[in-house]
Amino acid sequence: MATATTRPAPPNADKRWRMVDATSRRYGYESHALIEALHTVQECFGFLDETALRYVAASLRIPLSKVYGVATFYHFFTLKPKGQHTCVVCMGTACYIKGAGALLESLHQNFGVKPGETTKDGKLSVLTARCVGSCGLAPAVVIDGNVLGKLQSPDLLARIQKWEAPQ
Amino acid sequence: MTAEELNKIVTAEIEAQQQYKQTVRVCVAAGCLSSGADQIKDGLQKQLATAGLDKEVKVKGVGCMGLCAAGPLVSVEPAGVWYQNVTTDHCAELVASLKGKPVERLRLDTNIPFYARQKKIVLENCGEIDPDRIEEYLARDGYGGLQQALTTLSPAQVVEQMIKSGLRGRGGAGYPTGLKWSTVAKSQSAQKYVICNADEGDPGAFMDRSVLESDPHRVLEGMAIAGYATGAIEGYIYVRAEYPLAISRLKAAIKQAEKMGLLGSKILGTTFCFTIQIRLGAGAFVCGEETALIASIEGKRGQPRPRPPFPAERGLWGAATLINNVETFANVPPILRHGADWFAAIGTEKSKGTKVFALAGTVTNTGLIEVPMGISLREIIFDIGGGIPDGKKFKAVQTGGPSGGCIPDEYLDMPVDYESLAKVGSIMGSGGMIIMDETSSMVDVARFFMEFCMSESCGKCVPCRVGTAQMHDLLNRIIQRKASAADLALLQELCDLVRSTSLCGLGQTAPNPVLSTLRYFRDEYEQLLSDGQPASAPAALAEVAK
Repeated sequence: MATATTRPAPPNADKRWRMVDATSRRYGYESHALIEALHTVQECFGFLDETALRYVAASLRIPLSKVYGVATFYHFFTLKPKGQHTCVVCMGTACYIKGAGALLESLHQNFGVKPGETTKDGKLSVLTARCVGSCGLAPAVVIDGNVLGKLQSPDLLARIQKWEAPQ
Repeated sequence: MTAEELNKIVTAEIEAQQQYKQTVRVCVAAGCLSSGADQIKDGLQKQLATAGLDKEVKVKGVGCMGLCAAGPLVSVEPAGVWYQNVTTDHCAELVASLKGKPVERLRLDTNIPFYARQKKIVLENCGEIDPDRIEEYLARDGYGGLQQALTTLSPAQVVEQMIKSGLRGRGGAGYPTGLKWSTVAKSQSAQKYVICNADEGDPGAFMDRSVLESDPHRVLEGMAIAGYATGAIEGYIYVRAEYPLAISRLKAAIKQAEKMGLLGSKILGTTFCFTIQIRLGAGAFVCGEETALIASIEGKRGQPRPRPPFPAERGLWGAATLINNVETFANVPPILRHGADWFAAIGTEKSKGTKVFALAGTVTNTGLIEVPMGISLREIIFDIGGGIPDGKKFKAVQTGGPSGGCIPDEYLDMPVDYESLAKVGSIMGSGGMIIMDETSSMVDVARFFMEFCMSESCGKCVPCRVGTAQMHDLLNRIIQRKASAADLALLQELCDLVRSTSLCGLGQTAPNPVLSTLRYFRDEYEQLLSDGQPASAPAALAEVAK
């Protein structure tokens, strides 16, 4: 117990690491804080990079292999940076039946990105979700955190093209 | 806080509510919110202020009002006038109508079967109270069940009430809740835990989300009662990270309850202590399985382990753990308030009470419903659901998500209860009900679910990890018209193998969608076999095959 006082220093001066530290501290730096800590990293930085994984592993004193195992096991965590905007197409049963596949197809045709990919200019990431729970509004798409329901391809494309246009 | 102090708050709240002559409710559950309910609420507030009515009329955001298809929904109480598809442009008109006649062209008739045929226990406060205010929950007898338990019943009597009520787990399997509680209560474990499973991963299900977003205190109260009955002092809610609104409302609710002394130490002036923490899921369907969920709370990969020992004996950190689903906990407070006999009188002989279903797919009235057990599928789909839109024909209803099956029209008159659904090869599941019309290809639906199970398989046991991938391959080959009759036989054999040898529920039930579609729609498979008759496939499938 007495040796538990030395904690690793944050990788750099970025203030966001304090948020990560706060989460680890809330759970007493116990190993069960891992998922919560990774959530905080992703919330603050947008994704989990190697530096972050190493830092979380060191603070909670968990082997890096285990941290990597958890980070890759759960779909919610991403190890790649997301684009400026994200577009999550719900692929739940109700959305699937009501044409979520067509939405993905039109995104692919217009922007050349498949689920999990980001456009070359880093503006748009297309993702899929298992079910966002808005089945009453199928097909649903979550754009930058806002759920949009009963969406048809032209509406979706129009929304995205607004960002694509040079500003 | 003691019971008397609580009563004062309730009286003050009721008085405050009575100061307003009218209340305008705006549905701010996720569905309506995504179609702009927030702006409508602000718009109404502004218009009321302009009209000088803001002292008489209260605008409040409420939880799910049910008919998501017609959202955003607004209602004017106590007149009981409901409006559908409201936009910000309508705000001025609606405010003007408060002193006169309702705006007929926007009205939603609440006498339609969608509302008339429902029976609300779990959802009794949904769409009625502001989920962000504990006072409103208290004013509707909230925490009355907990008070009753703490002051008049012993823990053993609470367990007895649960057994007598006949409540069964609403997460899908239907294990008797009272029995589970009594196992944990009897355990000699020094530390015990209560876990609420809010990892609603079934695609097509949004009941738990709606309950958490609309009436979070009900779940907290249910968990506290469970803690008292079983001797646990710590509770966890494991909720999907994909439900940010539910998480923020839960967090707020826990804070309010702690402030009022309804959670924490010395609850309601008694010696009972109970705390609740939130843990976020991270997008793994398998974490809905109880042992995987426990692993995830412990900060590990969400992989299940063999049972027994069941979590009721050895669960979280090796201690006896009670795990129930959101809807199960939501049923607990009313059972204690009204008594076990009241609850046991609703429903069928073996399935008591009501069930919340999320209606989705090709049905006119998509949304959230609560019906007594034993109602027929036909009543749900055609009366409450309003039938199939665009004059199409009903083909099948899918219950239980990736673990359930597709039920064809010949079983529509079957009562909805745990046993009947199991008999036709499906399960009650958590309550997702997806309706499919004639344009849906059942082979494609089976492949969709198999793809789901394949990518959600945690990889721990071979039958599930490899079997789902092989079945998915075979289904793909069938859809591409490259499969023979032998492949179909192989598919069936694999279904049997994966079902009997997988470690956890995910693998054991993964073949269900294939088995049930093979049972009722075998001709659709056979039409696609390369050595069969190249008969005409449904239009949707022709698209897919391309």
